[in-house]
Amino acid sequence: MEKQQIFEEVQEIFRTIFDDEELEITREMTADDIEDWDSLEQINLLVAMEKHFNIKFKLEDVHDLANVGEMMDLIERLVG
Amino acid sequence: MDILEYPFDPAQVLQKKRSLKRELLKKEGLIPKKIAIMSGSTIGEIKNILEVFLLHYGIKPEFYEGEYALFYENLVFDDGSLAAFAPDFIYIHTSRKNLKFFPTTGDADQAVADGMEADWKRFETAFGAAARFGCPVIVNNFDLPTHRVMGNRDAVDKRGGVHYINEMNARVADYVAAHPGFYLNDIAYLSARYGLDNWFSESQWYLYKYALSMDQIPNLCFSIANIVKSLLGKNKKSLILDLDNTLWGGVIGDDGAEGIALGLESPGGMAYSEFQAYLKELSSLGIMLNVASKNEESIALTGFERSDSVLKRDDFLCFKANWGPKSQSIAAIANEINILPESFVFVDDNPAEREIVRQELPAVTIAEFDGPEGMIAAIDRAGYFEVTTLSADDVKRNEMYKENLKRAELEQSFGNYEDYLKSLDMRCETGAFVPEHAERLTQLINKTNQFNLTTRRYTAAEVDHLMQDPVSVTVFGRLIDKFGDNGIVSAMIGHIEDDTCYVDLWIMSCRVFKRGLEDTMMDEFVRRSVEKGAKRIVGRYFATAKNLLTREIYATMGFSKMKDSETEAEFVLEDAESYVPRNHVMELERLN
Repeated sequence: MEKQQIFEEVQEIFRTIFDDEELEITREMTADDIEDWDSLEQINLLVAMEKHFNIKFKLEDVHDLANVGEMMDLIERLVG
Repeated sequence: MDILEYPFDPAQVLQKKRSLKRELLKKEGLIPKKIAIMSGSTIGEIKNILEVFLLHYGIKPEFYEGEYALFYENLVFDDGSLAAFAPDFIYIHTSRKNLKFFPTTGDADQAVADGMEADWKRFETAFGAAARFGCPVIVNNFDLPTHRVMGNRDAVDKRGGVHYINEMNARVADYVAAHPGFYLNDIAYLSARYGLDNWFSESQWYLYKYALSMDQIPNLCFSIANIVKSLLGKNKKSLILDLDNTLWGGVIGDDGAEGIALGLESPGGMAYSEFQAYLKELSSLGIMLNVASKNEESIALTGFERSDSVLKRDDFLCFKANWGPKSQSIAAIANEINILPESFVFVDDNPAEREIVRQELPAVTIAEFDGPEGMIAAIDRAGYFEVTTLSADDVKRNEMYKENLKRAELEQSFGNYEDYLKSLDMRCETGAFVPEHAERLTQLINKTNQFNLTTRRYTAAEVDHLMQDPVSVTVFGRLIDKFGDNGIVSAMIGHIEDDTCYVDLWIMSCRVFKRGLEDTMMDEFVRRSVEKGAKRIVGRYFATAKNLLTREIYATMGFSKMKDSETEAEFVLEDAESYVPRNHVMELERLN
């Protein structure tokens, strides 16, 4: 899957979950940049990504994701 | 909102919870309720998703969130915050992860027995502590373990985890059965239905301490929301059923009674027969069955004359077989039995008919299924008729509505309405609230929408309190006539301040409107208020979407209007001591 396609689909998931159609994500974005992005929403995001890309995150994959970029790299690696 | 209607997609609900909440908060007439969630594990997303399902049912929750995994401590040693919150409902979110003792294969018999006692004692103490808040308490049982050290023997051996959970679940069920105000949220069943491997996710437990997989949270919350809305009187009341390819296979007009598929001879016939048997059971719980079918009535009826038809004509209240649009048949049924369209579930195999009803009568709920084999599940799992309490009145409801149809027939034969009322030989049993009627009164107070002047809701504890409160005036009315016993169908509550009695609540079941009970209730209320020292009575009306018909009732009873605006009105009866009783159509029997 192309990087750009993953980026767009991840952005769409962010928009749905945070109920903001104008949200523009960047690779450097972290939980500090989106008001509603707390630990609870982190889980929701990850579960939504798993569902959408039909992948399964490993325990060690997810507990130290630093930003959106790392999240997308992880997805890219798992989607293959 | 379709996204929250059964069968919903849990992933959609999770992802769209924010926009769902935003939309649902725009609805008018939401009932505010305070819900305390006590935590046995992470509850964050459970609160959010429960909120959208409750909003969907017209309930606006305010939450108290217990501290992480401290359900026992928060309940037993409340720091005052829970009592100050004054919950309307308590939900204790526990799972097998909250069992402190869990048997291992090396344990002695006595150690297992002691461990179970200690575990159970903790839950029993927490439940008992929750009970003192006087509100309904919803408790989980336990999900089965994902691993079985001994394999199948785990269910048999006292040291087995499966055996342990099954024993604990029996104790929870016994506790709930023995304690009014307790309701089981059956996660043992839910986890079995969705599959243990789906229910529990090891990684989500290790990472976030969720005792069930995120995907399952909507299923869990839907179940809790169904219990809450049922307790608030928001269950559906009645089914409207199509006939051809819904209650039997084939078209009776073409195939004849002998040609339709029913009974044990064909796979399709078996499915329809089982569906009929399921409906028959629902009807014994007081759910009213009606028919809306495009058919010749005389031919349609022959289907129910077959000896292998589980349902008979007598099991249905209204039977509309004609060639008009079904939306008209449904509207006519709503009118005849006098319940609101929102209390109906429509069951029809034909998607086109469903669509027309959806367009014409948006308040009616439509069961979604594909083929006769899916019909029971479509109704059973949607929680339309979640049974939380089963009063004697519920079981008799079908009979009562049938009697009502007979009354309507009789009414037609009288030119004068009062002559008709007198011909009913009515008798009203009345009195101040008493403990033996408290459950029915609470149920009636919380589910009556049409004849309800203030829409004030009372918890069981508040109703109990009224019975001891010296400045409260309470009256209930039970109406019996020659066709049968309607049960307790009306209640009034007031409180006296100085020399004025304020009517805080007046409700009446819609099945006895305009039977003269309005007058009898007012007579008794005024009499009891005056006995307690009131010189004047003040009645208030607060407008809702459903109670318009009661707007002017005080004005018709000799009260004068003091205030009048779009949203509320106030009426006063000066000189209550010289009030002249208005009832002259029924006998009165005062019980206290």
